[in-house]
Amino acid sequence: MTPLLSVSNIQKTYGHRIGCTGVNFDLYPGEVMGIVGESGSGKSTLLNCLAGHLEPDQGEVLFDTRAEGLRDTMTMSEPERRMLARTDWAFVHQNARDGLRMGVSAGGNVGERLMAVGARHYGNIREQAIDWLGRVEITEDRVDDRPSDFSGGMQQRLQIARNLVTGPRLVFMDEPTGGLDVSVQARLLDLLRGLVREMGLSAIIVTHDLAVVRLLADRLMVMKSGHLVESGLTDQVLDDPQHTYTQLLVSSVLQV
Amino acid sequence: MIHIENVSKTFTLHNQGGSVIEVMQGATLSVAPGECVALTGNSGAGKSTLMRMIYGNYLAASGRIIIGDVDVAQAEPREILALRRETLGYVSQFLRVVPRVSTLDVVAEPLLSVGCDGEVARERARDLLSRLKIPETLWSLSPTTFSGGEQQRVNIAHGFAHTYPAILLDEPTASLDATNRSTVLSLIEEAKSRGAAIIGIFHDAQARDRVADREVDVSAFTPKRAA
Repeated sequence: MTPLLSVSNIQKTYGHRIGCTGVNFDLYPGEVMGIVGESGSGKSTLLNCLAGHLEPDQGEVLFDTRAEGLRDTMTMSEPERRMLARTDWAFVHQNARDGLRMGVSAGGNVGERLMAVGARHYGNIREQAIDWLGRVEITEDRVDDRPSDFSGGMQQRLQIARNLVTGPRLVFMDEPTGGLDVSVQARLLDLLRGLVREMGLSAIIVTHDLAVVRLLADRLMVMKSGHLVESGLTDQVLDDPQHTYTQLLVSSVLQV
Repeated sequence: MIHIENVSKTFTLHNQGGSVIEVMQGATLSVAPGECVALTGNSGAGKSTLMRMIYGNYLAASGRIIIGDVDVAQAEPREILALRRETLGYVSQFLRVVPRVSTLDVVAEPLLSVGCDGEVARERARDLLSRLKIPETLWSLSPTTFSGGEQQRVNIAHGFAHTYPAILLDEPTASLDATNRSTVLSLIEEAKSRGAAIIGIFHDAQARDRVADREVDVSAFTPKRAA
């Protein structure tokens, strides 16, 4: 079986500081990978390197493209990478404002991605936008409002709808549920799990919420100071952590 | 179906003075299709530890755990995920679900994830839930708000929805009344008769006598501690 994403030996430094180093893994279709670690451990740096937002100092990120199979996304041309970013990839930013057009209506934000892949019928675009807004619990009467009139949590949900509407194969998420109230967070987790099951969606999710990764992620990587200290099956890493840092992390969670 | 050979387990507590606790060594047992083996032993003997190693939650320090053609002790996460989806079921004591998902969908989920048609999966879920006497009025609600006994029955329905060839049961009948316990035991018997290999922990001696073909005392695998 061909991995969807094959990452080898990624390193990114900021001057003499290590962002992340020595990261290797394969992600297969339908798998959800969680990346956890304390703030500053290099989770977001790694995610940005994988998604092509940051250029790593060394390493390869191979993606199984529809047309040509495994391609190194680092060496592919900018137009090719941009095409990937608006079709097969999706990126959900930690801060919704980074992933939305604040001056365009909610419906327009969702429709933009559809138009980028060739949709032209306005009625259909609007219908699909309303459908996706409904899935993330934004009511139809808000479709023409701008994201700047939305609450922080609504903006985040809108960003997720915008990203998923084109049926991407790989979603990168940076703390996607961080600013959401718990009831919507639960709804989103269910939505994501459904998409993983029905569309074979793969996802890489950076978070510090261990409860979220337990419910959502099949596999888990634990990062500390830019290094990958432990990886494996999510419940194995959480139930039987091997590394000092993971043991500390798992035992530090407050019980609800 | 399930072959466990010479499995050992140690816990290293890095944050508590680096103490190393040996909890199991030389664990060996086999379960044939259609057979139910009960793990016995005092509390702390390692029954749940062994179960978790079989399910892949705990890493075995050494030995082999073969289920079908996969060695759980060595397998890649991807192989274990496929094994859990298709072959190996687990009914734990605790229900762990995404909040706000309806009971019916929770129970149907294992079937959907093996590619079963949605309506067929929900029909099977309805059938199991009514056998386990979960009132129909609750099916559309999330099980997170249910009572302990109801949650346990939802968990059992979830674990028996797909016809796994191998099943692990961690106290499936604890906190159930006599009627429901009998239903659960019938489900286990049906699974056996269709050829499932079952390993269970039953604190309830009557239940154990009814479904288990053999008992394995886990304390035989407990390392002798230096005095």
